[in-house]
Amino acid sequence: MGLTKGSMGIRIIESGNKDKKCDFTIGLAGNPNVGKSTVFNTLTGLNQHTGNWPGKTVTNAEGLYEHNDKKIKIIDLPGTYSLLSDSEEEEIARNYICFENPDVVVIIADATSLERNLNLFMQISEITDNIVLCVNLMDEANKRGISINEDELSNILNIKVIKTSATDKVGFSELKDAINEIVINNQNKIRTITYSEDIEFAIKSVEELLKNCIIDNKKKRWISLRLLEGNKKIKSKIKMKFNIDEIILQKINEIAIKTEKHMNNKCIGDELVEQIIKKAEEVAKAVVKNKTKYDDFSKKVDKVLVSRMTGIPVMILLLILILWTTITLANYPSQVLSYMFEKIGLWLRNLLQSAILPKWIEGILMDGVYATLTWVISVMLPPMAIFFPMFTLLEDLGYLPRIAFNLDKCFKKCSSCGKQALTMCMGLGCNAAGVIGCRIINSPKERFIAILTNVFMPCNGRFPMLITIATVFVGGIAGGFNGSLFSAIIVTTMIILGVFMTLISSKILAKTILKGTPSHFILELPPYRKPQVGKILVRSLIDRTLFVLARAIAVAAPAGAIIWIFANVMIGDSSILTYCTNFFDPFAKVIGIDGYIAVAFILGLPANEIVMPIMIMSYLKQSTMINVDGFDGLKEVLLANGWTTLTVINTMILCIMHFPCATTLLTIKKETDSIKWPVIAFILPTVLGIGFCFLTTIVYRIVA
Amino acid sequence: MDKQEKILSKINLDEEVRVVEIDAEGELRRRFFDLGIIKNTIIEPLYISPFGDPKAYLIRGTVIAIRHDEANKIRVRTISKE
Repeated sequence: MGLTKGSMGIRIIESGNKDKKCDFTIGLAGNPNVGKSTVFNTLTGLNQHTGNWPGKTVTNAEGLYEHNDKKIKIIDLPGTYSLLSDSEEEEIARNYICFENPDVVVIIADATSLERNLNLFMQISEITDNIVLCVNLMDEANKRGISINEDELSNILNIKVIKTSATDKVGFSELKDAINEIVINNQNKIRTITYSEDIEFAIKSVEELLKNCIIDNKKKRWISLRLLEGNKKIKSKIKMKFNIDEIILQKINEIAIKTEKHMNNKCIGDELVEQIIKKAEEVAKAVVKNKTKYDDFSKKVDKVLVSRMTGIPVMILLLILILWTTITLANYPSQVLSYMFEKIGLWLRNLLQSAILPKWIEGILMDGVYATLTWVISVMLPPMAIFFPMFTLLEDLGYLPRIAFNLDKCFKKCSSCGKQALTMCMGLGCNAAGVIGCRIINSPKERFIAILTNVFMPCNGRFPMLITIATVFVGGIAGGFNGSLFSAIIVTTMIILGVFMTLISSKILAKTILKGTPSHFILELPPYRKPQVGKILVRSLIDRTLFVLARAIAVAAPAGAIIWIFANVMIGDSSILTYCTNFFDPFAKVIGIDGYIAVAFILGLPANEIVMPIMIMSYLKQSTMINVDGFDGLKEVLLANGWTTLTVINTMILCIMHFPCATTLLTIKKETDSIKWPVIAFILPTVLGIGFCFLTTIVYRIVA
Repeated sequence: MDKQEKILSKINLDEEVRVVEIDAEGELRRRFFDLGIIKNTIIEPLYISPFGDPKAYLIRGTVIAIRHDEANKIRVRTISKE
């Protein structure tokens, strides 16, 4: 649910990193999920959203910090396993390190799997000498009985090695010192890989050809290697950047062919990679002491959480548990808040009345704006403040990739990517954030499928509505302890319905407008990490709860005023609202709801949070919500307006399946760079929702 | 294929194998390299997903989920336990 103030619209860096505001620039590189964002946050004091799953940082974030009178700009690059593939993240990281010439590259390595992390280090060390190797997650490594001899590591590679543990903030002043030292001394010489005789000979020949285009020796060697290897994307970028002549490229090609022949037709690319991996293996063997080959705790937990028998049931139980806790706990602050707002409301009303303002101003302010606002706060805030931290906890622990692992077969069957389970989970927080999160999916076709279907996950603007309806009608009947459990089960069922709809519509899209061959699914399941509970509380409260609430309030206040006007401006003997609801009523009756609900959903386009208050306000034709006292009062109002079991079911279905909110639509437009996709994203869930409700209505009428 | 050779997706859980050959080309081959899968790399299947596909493999100290479609491209040989 990577929704923070900064997560929308962080620009991908293209050029001009070296502006005058800072003394030097450093790039932060590393494998996915090694705590890069945490290191970035610790260095800069910024608050990039962190989470325990690979691919969380999909764009570059940048920040500033000061150390020993130097102003340092730091760029957090997307996590990559290597620099030699074609994925978007790798291209961003590669282009930055190679062509933007940062003063220092800090490579963050995971102490618990140093070997694979060294792989990336070896590749970057072929581009630049100005590297600090930061071995992070030392606390976890220690816990698992892994020890790393950093002096030996530093000796072998001839490089500064700093051990850090980002969660405990250990090692950071050393890291800052090391960074400054590299810039000031500028005398580093990393020991890099020497390849086989054949390849070294080829490198020499290519370097000779390039001597007029590239001056820097180190870079010349790296570029020679890439040109010999012949990756088209990298090649064309190099050609463009250094103005290399086509004739020279032709000659290099000939050298490559000759060399491969000499190596018994072994591909140069393979040979290079093998050497790098072997070198990483060799270095790791020399410096890492390991008691077990894998984290036993994670293995034990995973035997339950992702196993054949228990994987899915545990997942559903967890969801019920979270929602149950949310519903149970949210009730109390909700009641306190609405009681408080009622008292304040009375006081405000008196104040307004004593000011002798026209009746309609009082109406707009109190019955429109104030009533809607306080409803949104007292009904939305408590569940959000409880649900978000719990969800972030799961995210921090590392459970999200397990969900993707458990559900992948379903997504595969629907020709979409298993990572869609991750973006789905993000959608549970906010669909706009979920849509942005779809960047982690590499194949454009599968990414579009994930974007278009994200809306089937009820975002936090919608699931309080589900909770309210479930509590009013289901929980209310059973009452107490069982009541909230029932409500939680109902909401869970609705979320599972959302998952089904996601799968079905993914399949429909993959068979119609987004045809293509399925891409590969390879996903790391990181070891479970101890979550930073204190930080989670603060971050999810400030970043998510308050941010989302602020957005809801910004929409709710004007919406409240508009609805009041709709409900009170009379044309003839009916209000505008009545005209609207009467207009939609015949159609709405066909799909088992009424005109009020339809109008509420339509007016709720700016933000789903206001659907429920609009509905209630229009039912109370006096255009005031103040009489609705708690859930019992609400139930009476709804029943008095002809709500049946069918209305309850269909309103919940529509809540899951209708057009996304305006913010999400705009985000989709931005992410797909076309007007076509937001239009489809609007139509698809709406049509499915209406169709679904039509069916339930027919079934209900036959049965009842 | 050699008689002792199998494809990775068919290996039972907790059975260690050694990579003989990677039959994938292009992007997938690169992906495998990124994860440190080359000839002679030791791989051990750890978990199987509730619906039977994918499996999660222990590769150089990290657990990686790979769909059968992809794992079929890796030929392996079981390591006899001493």
